[in-house]
Amino acid sequence: MSELIRKNASELVELLKSGQVSSVELTQAHLDRSAAVDQDVHSYLHQNPETALAAAADIDRRRAAGEQLHELAGLPIAVKDNLTTTDAPTTSGSKILEGWVPPYDSTVVKKIRAAGLPILGKTNLDEFAMGSSTEFSAFGPSRNPWDLTRIPGGSGGGSSSVVASFQAPVAIGSDTGGSIRFPASVTGTVGNKPTYGAVSRYGLIALASSLDQVGPVSRNVLDSALIQDLIAGHDPHDSTSLPESLGSMADAARKLDVKGMRIGVIKELMGEGFQPGVMNRFKESIALLEQAGAEIVEVSCPNFEYAIAAYYLILPAEASSNLAKFDSVRFGLRVAPEGNPTIERVMAATREAGFGPEVKRRIILGTYALSSGSYEHFYGAALKVRTLIQRDFAAAFEKADVLISPTAPTTAFKIGEKLEDPLAMYLNDIATIPANLAGIPGMSIPIGLADEDQLPVGLQLLAPARADARLYQVGAALEKMHEDVWGKRMIDFAPELEVRG
Amino acid sequence: MAKDELMNYEKALEMFEVVIGLEVHVELNTKTKMFCGCRNEFGDEPNTNVCPICIALPGALPAVNRTAVESSISIGLALGCEIAPNGRFARKNYFYPDLAKNFQTSQYDEPIAFDGELTVELPSGSVHTVQIERAHMEEDAGKLTHIGGSTGRIQGAEYSLVDYNRAGVPLVEIVTRPVYGAGAEAPELAAAYVRSIREIVKGLGVSDARMERGNVRCDANVSLRPHGQEKLGTRTETKNVNSLRSIERAVRYEIQRQAALLAKGTAIVQETRHWHEDKGATSAGRPKSDADDYRYFPEPDLVPVQPSKELIESLRAKLPEKPADRRKRVQAEWGFADLEFRDVVNADLLDQIEETVKAGAKPQAARKWWTGELARIANSQDKDVTELEISGAHVAELTQLVDAGKLNDRLAREVLTYVLNGEGSPAQIVAARGLEVVSDDGALIAAIDAALAKQPDVLDAIREGRMQAAGAVIGAVMQAMKGSADAGRVRELLIEKANAS
Repeated sequence: MSELIRKNASELVELLKSGQVSSVELTQAHLDRSAAVDQDVHSYLHQNPETALAAAADIDRRRAAGEQLHELAGLPIAVKDNLTTTDAPTTSGSKILEGWVPPYDSTVVKKIRAAGLPILGKTNLDEFAMGSSTEFSAFGPSRNPWDLTRIPGGSGGGSSSVVASFQAPVAIGSDTGGSIRFPASVTGTVGNKPTYGAVSRYGLIALASSLDQVGPVSRNVLDSALIQDLIAGHDPHDSTSLPESLGSMADAARKLDVKGMRIGVIKELMGEGFQPGVMNRFKESIALLEQAGAEIVEVSCPNFEYAIAAYYLILPAEASSNLAKFDSVRFGLRVAPEGNPTIERVMAATREAGFGPEVKRRIILGTYALSSGSYEHFYGAALKVRTLIQRDFAAAFEKADVLISPTAPTTAFKIGEKLEDPLAMYLNDIATIPANLAGIPGMSIPIGLADEDQLPVGLQLLAPARADARLYQVGAALEKMHEDVWGKRMIDFAPELEVRG
Repeated sequence: MAKDELMNYEKALEMFEVVIGLEVHVELNTKTKMFCGCRNEFGDEPNTNVCPICIALPGALPAVNRTAVESSISIGLALGCEIAPNGRFARKNYFYPDLAKNFQTSQYDEPIAFDGELTVELPSGSVHTVQIERAHMEEDAGKLTHIGGSTGRIQGAEYSLVDYNRAGVPLVEIVTRPVYGAGAEAPELAAAYVRSIREIVKGLGVSDARMERGNVRCDANVSLRPHGQEKLGTRTETKNVNSLRSIERAVRYEIQRQAALLAKGTAIVQETRHWHEDKGATSAGRPKSDADDYRYFPEPDLVPVQPSKELIESLRAKLPEKPADRRKRVQAEWGFADLEFRDVVNADLLDQIEETVKAGAKPQAARKWWTGELARIANSQDKDVTELEISGAHVAELTQLVDAGKLNDRLAREVLTYVLNGEGSPAQIVAARGLEVVSDDGALIAAIDAALAKQPDVLDAIREGRMQAAGAVIGAVMQAMKGSADAGRVRELLIEKANAS
């Protein structure tokens, strides 16, 4: 493996700036890596080496001409396949969008292109981001680079595994209930779900509009900060995007100081149901923070026990409506039914053939939750829980600047293990869902390997809305403390992948 | 129902009390659509004013048109409504191919305006105050054209074409509370109400208000109940009735149809009905029940509309005068007798006459041309006089040419037909076609008019064949022209004038 691709993005950027490496070289090295390992890992749904190299060559040319370039210009990046791109298919992991090339770029992709980051490819995900393992991708699951028999998390398992297998230094994910953080947790990588509205959702194929947020995935905290700084900002195309800037995440990540910060440990997100090895690593992180001068406090969020129930009403309700547009009339799959092709029958046949089982399950659930007679009991009640969870957070943030918990109750499970048990699958997101319901930012950083299975464990950091910088500050500081203990980066514990192809 | 099965109108009113309710959709004339930057333009090539947002491509998000919000507030204020300080959009979910997203972004439980009233005057002179329940913002659907089949309706069509130019055009839907007590005049009240709404939105300048283009569309709810019964009868909703005359006819038809059914002991089916102008009848459409389940829920892609008090007050300050006030004012300004004025109002010609007077015509001359010759032409073409392709300025110019003696009435009527053929302004046509009366005649006509002003009864006398009455006028003209006039020509001109007016 080229040593180049093992480097952090922040280092690569310096090499690019100083001319020690060209963007074409760097892009080619990552494409070569994909050729070698992606047959097994299956991070990508689509790669177009020519357009990536052309973008890289363009940046090299402009740099040679002395143009003022973006700080990250030339750094290759991978993008989750639910963000629209005009030069590559955008499928959201669904048969119903197979081969669909959008006529417009999402705002995040526009920013990436404008800054001159070559896009290496589009990464795999559970169909319409519904899942925690990528097993619901219509195009087959991605695999965890730490153990190819295990899941890389979901829905953004493509973006987590692409970074963990050194096929890309950084990637873009989206997080509706943990789709950035859970994959980061199980692949020993970093992922941040920014404050709702910090990053434009324009061009993100919606799962649940009030929960979805685009964010960075990387191998260390500073790299995620650099990407969040690139993609954040108000977008008039997204009315829910925040009008104000949240400041520089990279500056926050460079502080490496937690002295005097109050760190709240959420009582309800530990203990029962959490793997012992996960809890051991979590407690070590608490100890490190305390040693570094942080004040550890315990906080209680009593309404979190209703979070999953509320989430699985709000999400399907919004999704059932968001997915109504997939009707074969204007784009995507069209299936002719047997017999008379009336519009109703064509729509039905297309949706029957084009949507997978988890999508259908949630559409049915959401349609029911919104129907008259059910609305107050289900959707209405879920909205009330959402308010209660927001109050829990508000109370907790009176006592603490940042909250922490394990990102997930367990390490990566085996592919196929939970496929037939949706409820068990949903429980993976018990710690991550509350942040989406409240719109607050949440980050997962790697904190070591579980004793039982030697698989990565993640720690989740949560901050009040708009206080994303605190996550980067504490996250980077804690990452540094762990690296000092380990003598290397978390990702350097990962086993070498067999090179094929 | 065949004509002879309908119940006699007077008998229907003897047996039943009529209750109506009106839903008027007003298409706003904003430059761009409700939620995207596409042109809001009638009559462009199909599917040219479309973008990812209004054809609902995956990933696209709406953003609210500020001008549309302001126009909606203005309409609400003009109807005496309260304006909601915080109004959310909602999704109305149903599948239909003219609805790109398969949900309509509308307002549900939080309309922007509510609790207003509108006072309307009927042709008989009676005055009714209609209670407005709400006025809310929503978007129009695309336009379906059904190909094949005989009716142009979806039933029996081979296939249908969709034009999304209209998809997303801003609409304001104005809904009345049930209207009681109009009795036999319920049909006239319905038409007068819609006329007033048209006047208001035209006066505000927020809609082109052309019914033939669907800028203003009315759905008329009609129900009957035996006199003295408290419970409302089952209602029908006759959709998209596209002219004031049709509204009146459709309501009258429904009263007679429902009365005939009820008298036979047949229950009214709650349904939408379609008005057929050619047959003068309604036919059953989709069955409709209060249990229609649109699964409304708050639109998560849009933040609530929160108009500031300052904005509301500044819009209130800009409101034009109320239609009733305007009528009082212009009637006084124009000096029309009550009957003359009522004819003008009922012919919907206030705007035209105002425009004509503003362009320099005398009020009576303007009235005479619009309610006389132009109304006759429109009638002969089976059109509404307001649909004629002629401006007030052209009519004014015509009256001025007559006043100046350059045209006599016969020539003026001829010129008018050329104007309606699109040959240009009256002056241009006179010049191009050489239609001007000889200048001698001009002077003579002026003298005749002066003489007639003192002896107004003479024209009637001539029309009744009492030619001796002409003598006095001829004498007066000869005296005025100091004998230089041709008495025979004066006589001819006088007879021509009598026959023309």
